[in-house]
Amino acid sequence: MVVDARGVSCPQPVLMTKNALAKEANIEVLVDNNTAMNNITRFATSQGAKVEVKEEGEDYRIVISK
Amino acid sequence: MKNQKALIIGAGAIIGLIAVGLVYFGNPANMGFCIACFIRDTAGAVKLHSAPVVQYMRPEIIGLVLGAALMALGKKELVARAGSNPLVRFVLGFFVMIGALMFLGCPLRMVLRIAGGDLNAVVGLVGFIVGIVAGIIALNKGFSLDRSYKVSKAEGFVFPAIQIAFLVLLVAVPSVLAFSVTGPGSMKAPVAIALVAGLVVGAIAQRTRFCMVAGIRDSIMFKDFGMLIGFVTLIIVAAVANMAFGFFHVGFEGQPVAHMDGLWNFLGLALVGFGSVLAGGCPLRQLILSGEGNIDSVMTVVGMFVGAAFCHNFGLASSAAGPTPNGQIAVIIGFIVVGLIAIVNIAANKKK
Repeated sequence: MVVDARGVSCPQPVLMTKNALAKEANIEVLVDNNTAMNNITRFATSQGAKVEVKEEGEDYRIVISK
Repeated sequence: MKNQKALIIGAGAIIGLIAVGLVYFGNPANMGFCIACFIRDTAGAVKLHSAPVVQYMRPEIIGLVLGAALMALGKKELVARAGSNPLVRFVLGFFVMIGALMFLGCPLRMVLRIAGGDLNAVVGLVGFIVGIVAGIIALNKGFSLDRSYKVSKAEGFVFPAIQIAFLVLLVAVPSVLAFSVTGPGSMKAPVAIALVAGLVVGAIAQRTRFCMVAGIRDSIMFKDFGMLIGFVTLIIVAAVANMAFGFFHVGFEGQPVAHMDGLWNFLGLALVGFGSVLAGGCPLRQLILSGEGNIDSVMTVVGMFVGAAFCHNFGLASSAAGPTPNGQIAVIIGFIVVGLIAIVNIAANKKK
């Protein structure tokens, strides 16, 4: 599942990640700012998930697997 | 992650010290920083309201925005974005200001008041938490403002440029501005000190995303206590500094720029908490985001600015004597309006 959290404000990106992780173990989250990227990375790590961040132009693709 | 924690603790400590330092240099007691009060003072300085005791172009506000803008520029994070329900954000900012001036302080001043021993602010904190919980319930039920889009880069420089214009007015042509001669608006640290304090705290807050609302919200929503630790550090450091300067007095009575009406201190900050969660951050955070090119946050700040003017033009703001009937009505209207914003948004998102 790909979650598009670009442009939405705090704390939506983390909330969207949380909700998606409740449904699926492997997700990708798209964000367009550093704050959201850090917040999601911190949240996913705290859930014991593996996190990989790829920069795509001005966006970040965060690959999360539990 | 450990690094992040150290950063937040350091930020809380520095902001706490600078805030008490500003009081030492002349700001009103427990008001080293207050985003609500200072926006209100600035609104008075440009005569959007004419309450004689709260008119001063606060250099701290100018510094906070420019500090955030410079830091964001350096980190290539100054990106102009807009289009996320600007008018809803304006209204949220408006009522956040109504709530803050009922209590007499934004969440940042709330913690500074607690650090000065003002127990009325502890009552306010309880209300603030309740308001945040209301906001969290809305978020969990599907509240979500529209996404923003990148807009032309120049747009991001407009708000910082306005602050530079304000600074020029303050330094070069103060005669066009209104200045309080008595009351909180007349109590101020020297311009250069206040400006530098704002710049430093603005830069730190940009870097750490320091936010009074996020501290409590994320602790409850995500069990993420990272920001809350910064909050607690700020209170401890500011309290110790207050004791060192003899500014620390525990109690409800005789607290500076505060009143003792517990119910309305509670309700005022509950409205601030509720509105701020929906807007995505406390007044300080909105100001910092404004410096980073977030035009939606600029709209929230402009809403606070207009809200402050309404507060004093229509007798909504409290004073040391307590809340006013008009202010009480306005806070109740605020709960209804913010509640409606939440309900309508949740219903609309369900249809999508």
